[in-house]
Amino acid sequence: MTAVEAPLAAAALALGDDALVLSHRLGEWAGHAPVLEEEVALANIALDLLGQARTLLSLVGDEDELAYLREERAFRNAQLVEQPNGDFARTIARQLYFSTYQHLLYGQLATAGGPVAPLAGKAVKEVAYHRDHAEHWTLRLGDGTEESRARMQRGLDALWRYTGELFEPVEGLPVDWSALREAWLSAVTGVVERATLTLPSGPQSGAWTAGAGRQGIHTEPFGRMLAEMQHLHRSHPGASW
Amino acid sequence: MTTMAPDTGARDTAGYEAAFDAAVAADERIEPRDWMPDAYRATLVRQIAQHAHSEIIGMQPEANWITRAPSLRRKAILMAKVQDEAGHGLYLYSAAETLGTGRDELLDKLHSGRQKYSSIFNYPTLTWADVGAIGWLVDGAAITNQVPLCRCSYGPYARAMVRICKEESFHQRQGYELLLALSRGTEAQHAMAQDAVDRWWWPSLMMFGPPDAESSHSAQSMAWKIKRHSNDELRQRFVDICVPQADSLGLTLPDPGLRWNEERGHHDFGPIDWTEFQEVLRGNGPCNDQRIDQRRRAHEEGAWVREAAAAYAAKHGKATA
Repeated sequence: MTAVEAPLAAAALALGDDALVLSHRLGEWAGHAPVLEEEVALANIALDLLGQARTLLSLVGDEDELAYLREERAFRNAQLVEQPNGDFARTIARQLYFSTYQHLLYGQLATAGGPVAPLAGKAVKEVAYHRDHAEHWTLRLGDGTEESRARMQRGLDALWRYTGELFEPVEGLPVDWSALREAWLSAVTGVVERATLTLPSGPQSGAWTAGAGRQGIHTEPFGRMLAEMQHLHRSHPGASW
Repeated sequence: MTTMAPDTGARDTAGYEAAFDAAVAADERIEPRDWMPDAYRATLVRQIAQHAHSEIIGMQPEANWITRAPSLRRKAILMAKVQDEAGHGLYLYSAAETLGTGRDELLDKLHSGRQKYSSIFNYPTLTWADVGAIGWLVDGAAITNQVPLCRCSYGPYARAMVRICKEESFHQRQGYELLLALSRGTEAQHAMAQDAVDRWWWPSLMMFGPPDAESSHSAQSMAWKIKRHSNDELRQRFVDICVPQADSLGLTLPDPGLRWNEERGHHDFGPIDWTEFQEVLRGNGPCNDQRIDQRRRAHEEGAWVREAAAAYAAKHGKATA
């Protein structure tokens, strides 16, 4: 595949890394889910995301070199997707924030034309399902028992600070970022309220300026995640699998 | 409902029993609402539940490598496989439920050790090549066992097996292809593949169960056409299939006694270490405790999620959940 133009490569890397890293986190649930149906659902979402990651990374270069041989500082994913799974509620909060974003983003990209449009057009169908899954679980947990409600609220609160970064413009993507932020906020607010929960009120960024992940500044758990993910591949330089 | 046995005298029950025997003899399918002997029902519940449990516990040794899979293509294949296994578990629990039991009850029996799962999943996956060996040998043995179950006398089980065998065959080819890539790869990769086959060969042969002479359920299961072939027959079939496959993989099987017997038209092999088999069945295999602990923990830690879903459904009605 011919290398794409630099701005598009940077954009494909950002979106590809998002999908790759979140897919990995969801893969960690295999064998640990609360019900068998969720074993199927979480693996299904992880597989969709891995498929997206492979397409996007292949636009930039060799998918395996990019996934397995870059170090932490070279990854361009948003910090949200690298956050550890936590309990099921925290995983669902991460899914709600991210799949809503991805659904709206791919929706815009699919209609904007350009080289990412075909890919976005395919991905938007998958992501619609992810979003539906996250919304339904947010409602069940938020409006379920006292315990599930408290856990869901904690999940939403803990991850809120990582959401601002999602709306930092990514170069090379024809997206109206402020419209995206408004649509996201309105969608998430709607679900949170229907789930009888409270929208977190803190800042949508932490001590770092928003956009840190996109510049290769990550949180501590990410390095460990990469160590596990890359270990075998790095132990056999040049081997094919 | 018409063939349901009323709770009446022996004369009526005998009539139902004769009809059941005739249906089995004629290779007709027994369906959930048909009358069936209590022992037939109990045997099927035991076997289908154990089969379902094996799919669920069997996710663990492979999921162990999802986060370390060495290429994105292999990672996608492995995730899809583990997802299929959860799906197979769901089919099989549904099949078991047609016999009047419930999934919660069966899971409870798994968690408390009152029902078993396949002994093979008590072995650890120590290297990436183990994922390939499981695909080739373990899924291969499972398919050899399960293809005849597609003609099993109990309809819901037979139909579940038709769907499951299609997917299992696909996994088995993928496992073979994974091992082939390693075998033809670097020296270290080849050695990894050989080591995995060395560790998984004998446990895979044990998947067919004890020798015919010591198999307690076999005769009755064959008479009821739940089982179509004996343990030893299926084990022999599996060995005969694997020998040429190992050759084309460029790997050896760890059995000095393995050779073609012209007279029988089969490979001689063995002997199998049945003491190890019995120990694993008794709970003393390398991973028995770990597998059950993880399953119990997932279930216990997920309790609040299931309670939330139930509370939500009670408030809003299942249709909207």
